Amino acid sequence: MTAFWALVARDLRLALRQGSDAALVVAFFVLAVVLFPFGVGPEPQLLARIAAGVVWVTALLAALLSLDRLFQQDYEDGSLEVIALAPLPLEAAVLAKCLAHWLTTGLPLAVVGPALAALLRLDGAGYLPLIFAMALGTPSLSLVGAVGASLSLGARRAGVLLSLLVLPLYIPVLIFGVAAVEQAVAGFPIRPHLLILTALLLAALPLAPWAAAAALRPALE
Amino acid sequence: MAWRTACRGIIRAEVPPAEIQTRLVSRSSPSPARLFEGRGLACRRGERLVFENLDFALSSGGALLLTGHNGSGKSSLLRVMAGLTPPLTGALTWDGTGIADDTAAHHARLHFIGHQDALKPVLTVAETLAFCAALRDTAPDHVLPALRKFHLAEFADWPCRVLSAGQRRRLALARLVASPAPLWLLDEPSTGLDEASTQDLLAAIAGHRAESGMVAIATHLPLPIPGAAPLSLEKFAPRRSAA
Repeated sequence: MTAFWALVARDLRLALRQGSDAALVVAFFVLAVVLFPFGVGPEPQLLARIAAGVVWVTALLAALLSLDRLFQQDYEDGSLEVIALAPLPLEAAVLAKCLAHWLTTGLPLAVVGPALAALLRLDGAGYLPLIFAMALGTPSLSLVGAVGASLSLGARRAGVLLSLLVLPLYIPVLIFGVAAVEQAVAGFPIRPHLLILTALLLAALPLAPWAAAAALRPALE
Repeated sequence: MAWRTACRGIIRAEVPPAEIQTRLVSRSSPSPARLFEGRGLACRRGERLVFENLDFALSSGGALLLTGHNGSGKSSLLRVMAGLTPPLTGALTWDGTGIADDTAAHHARLHFIGHQDALKPVLTVAETLAFCAALRDTAPDHVLPALRKFHLAEFADWPCRVLSAGQRRRLALARLVASPAPLWLLDEPSTGLDEASTQDLLAAIAGHRAESGMVAIATHLPLPIPGAAPLSLEKFAPRRSAA
């Protein structure tokens, strides 16, 4: 377990010291959401109607932006070899990197998300569901993203390939994340949607590190 | 080059000076404490067969010096030994147990220093070594001795981005000492090192072997390692040029 937490601590330290990466992701999230009123017009009813969808789609894109730094730098400077040759199973190493990625990307997005929803005048009943849904959904984004990041490792135009691989896999999180908020606004129970988001997270938790580790091994040969 | 007398594929040491004979690699040596062996190894990189029918044996205190022209497969062999690249044919064993059976245990007993230094520009020298020790579940007791051994103690708080190429190499090599492991796999370890640092490296290797460690080194630069068994990769080049 020492090795697992050492890896999490190292990735957090790297993210804090080269803080621009995490800050850029949040800045992109804020800017992209702020663009929508300019694009669709300032009518409060319209913005309130699309608020949940806009926040979620933009959060997916922001998370996508940050995925290339998950393995790419470690791969290029040889650190990934050192990590792969540690006694720690590669699956656990991937999980540690996903945890650090979520703490530096998903968590800030989930914190900023409700504030941006307020900017779009989301109905008052939607905030708590949005917070819950983002807290449950963003870890899945990091985990599923790790699979795409490991598959596109070393490829030319990895960024484009990464979005093609990962965005379709983000659709379930998007559907149920948005549905939780919209059902709450419409007065329906949100429990089923949050349960499905939890189920997605619980499925991704073992499967994504396993798949990502399997994709990393050939890249390291 | 008297080792040529060995039959094809089996690495036997040149008749060595008596005091180091017991440490050396030889199938006939009386049961060594530990034995790292590869039999019938072949390796493919891309579409090209790099070497085939390669056997090696490395026992406690032994050293294997991999030589050969560029592209002869020295690095590939080290990566096969590390378990990074699965061999196309053949098997690697540690004390008779296949390394594929327990990769975590194999990783725990080896250090692989490749061409890349694996340093992070924003981490300090001391943090880099402490992380490497923690990643291998070892206590950080050896970090300071490792810094001293490679004369890095005065830079301990420097971020890696300000280090020179030679200092970066020394820091990469200091990982060997920062968390002990019986098997060292070194790919061109002395590249970029000055004379004094090369002596530090040789001293570290000698100390490691004196504690029954084993080391396999791929190098072009002459590294005087007493009693090292040479292994010329050119001997194992495929008969036909491509598969």
